[in-house]
Amino acid sequence: MSGAPAILVRGLRKSYDGNEAVRGIDFDVLPGEVFGLLGPNGAGKTTTVEILEGYRQRDAGEVRVLGVDPWRSDGSHRERIGVVLQHSELPPALSVREVHRMFAGYYLHPRDIDEVIELVGLADKTEERVKTLSGGQKRRLDLGVALVGDPELVFLDEPTTGFDPAARRTAWDLVRSLRSLGKTIVLTTHYLDEAQQLADRVAVIREGSLVRIGTPSELIGATPKVEIRYRAHGREMVVTTGEPTRVLAELTSRAIAEGRELEALEVRRPTLEDVYLELVDGDE
Amino acid sequence: MRGHGPGEQRAASGGGNVTLLWHELRNQQLLFWRNRESAVFIFVFPPMLFLLLGAVYDGEIDGEPAVDRLLVGIMGYGCANTALAGLAITLVVRREGGILKRLRATPLPPATYLTAVLVSTLIVFCLQMAVTIALGMLLYGAHGAESWAALVPVLLLGAAAFAGMGIGLAALIRSDEGASAVVNLVVLPMAFLSGSFGPTADYPDVLQAIADVLPLTYLIRLVQAAYLHGESLAHDMGAVAVVVAWGLAGLAVAVRRFGWQPRER
Repeated sequence: MSGAPAILVRGLRKSYDGNEAVRGIDFDVLPGEVFGLLGPNGAGKTTTVEILEGYRQRDAGEVRVLGVDPWRSDGSHRERIGVVLQHSELPPALSVREVHRMFAGYYLHPRDIDEVIELVGLADKTEERVKTLSGGQKRRLDLGVALVGDPELVFLDEPTTGFDPAARRTAWDLVRSLRSLGKTIVLTTHYLDEAQQLADRVAVIREGSLVRIGTPSELIGATPKVEIRYRAHGREMVVTTGEPTRVLAELTSRAIAEGRELEALEVRRPTLEDVYLELVDGDE
Repeated sequence: MRGHGPGEQRAASGGGNVTLLWHELRNQQLLFWRNRESAVFIFVFPPMLFLLLGAVYDGEIDGEPAVDRLLVGIMGYGCANTALAGLAITLVVRREGGILKRLRATPLPPATYLTAVLVSTLIVFCLQMAVTIALGMLLYGAHGAESWAALVPVLLLGAAAFAGMGIGLAALIRSDEGASAVVNLVVLPMAFLSGSFGPTADYPDVLQAIADVLPLTYLIRLVQAAYLHGESLAHDMGAVAVVVAWGLAGLAVAVRRFGWQPRER
């Protein structure tokens, strides 16, 4: 891949009827990384991804996906891209195998169908009709269909919405295995733990602008605050501090002096979710 | 409809698009016959109506055997039902369900997809006509076409023109829930006014005036001329012009308005 970014975005802008949905965004997605795109509903996340997927035309800025302008492309770069959309039904009357075969036929170099079905964990549903699948199984079918063309780059839009916790873990393992195969993945999600678990880097979008970009630990590290929780006299106490060592020493020595226990004591580093909420709520 | 050309690699490999069209045509046929609703409502409806009407009408209509006159009307109705109504509903349901949007993310060129959908519709229509005519001849003693060579081009022209209107209508319908209601509101009155279900000579003037601008009126006129009198398309270029104009108008609407993404979120 000669070090060129898998996706390049510079000065991206898009308005709908005079409302600016995206107001000048820049970022790169590097080959082989899992890139998380986070932001509240209406922040411009979906618009950005749909421009990258080639569904929408931008008003201004430069966009390259695998070196190609997705809007002006003749479509051949789609050979190298897989997409899981947020809402898309697949033909309900076809079987899991038939749907995979249908999509495999659109690509010049498809993967082995049974291998893909196995990979997404639908091997025991191969002959079942799509309409009989559960919500989570349909989502895995979406994923299988996105992988059947053996793409270099995969867009995953809310891939685990509606999954139970066990299914979510399985999906995470799948994303990790895609990453280990060298695929580049653009992940939009509402689940911050998902982004923290999977993404090499995340970008947070708010009101059409990119407010922060970096690895999850960089984002978390930018807020050095630690949360200390305990129960005293039956009340839940929360102390947020940048100096946890000193605060904790004071708390514990006072408790020892008074001869009582700091019940339910908990010291917690902020999660990506805490940082995210601060970024999208706060007046940065 | 933003045009994506075929992929460079595919163009270079030569014949790839034919393979792709063939693949998609098979998909479309599988999708049609596997879906009970479309198979029953689109395919079975016209022959079923013909059997019912044929059981009721007897003797002659306008000096022609009633069963042959009915068959002519039902061929027109089949065209509106299959190429216009069936195609419009199918496209709206697929668009609103997000299947069209999903397909746009694959290398399948939109033109190849639409061609496959149209050819698939044509195949269904031809089978449907063959079944209906065979039933008429076997059960009700229909005489068959005066000239099959004249009839086939008329039916193909009709199917193509009504398919054009079907895509145009799909572009105008906003939700899949309303799709079959809107489509039936268009197709059933048109079929009734144009004489699909019996002669219109006794209709009030107002209804006949409306019928005079409907494409199905002219298609049925062409089918009648070919089936009963063996006259080719060239005998009635006026009627051909009306049918073609409606088809092109549908296509023009489609080019301006047809989208691949769901209208409703």
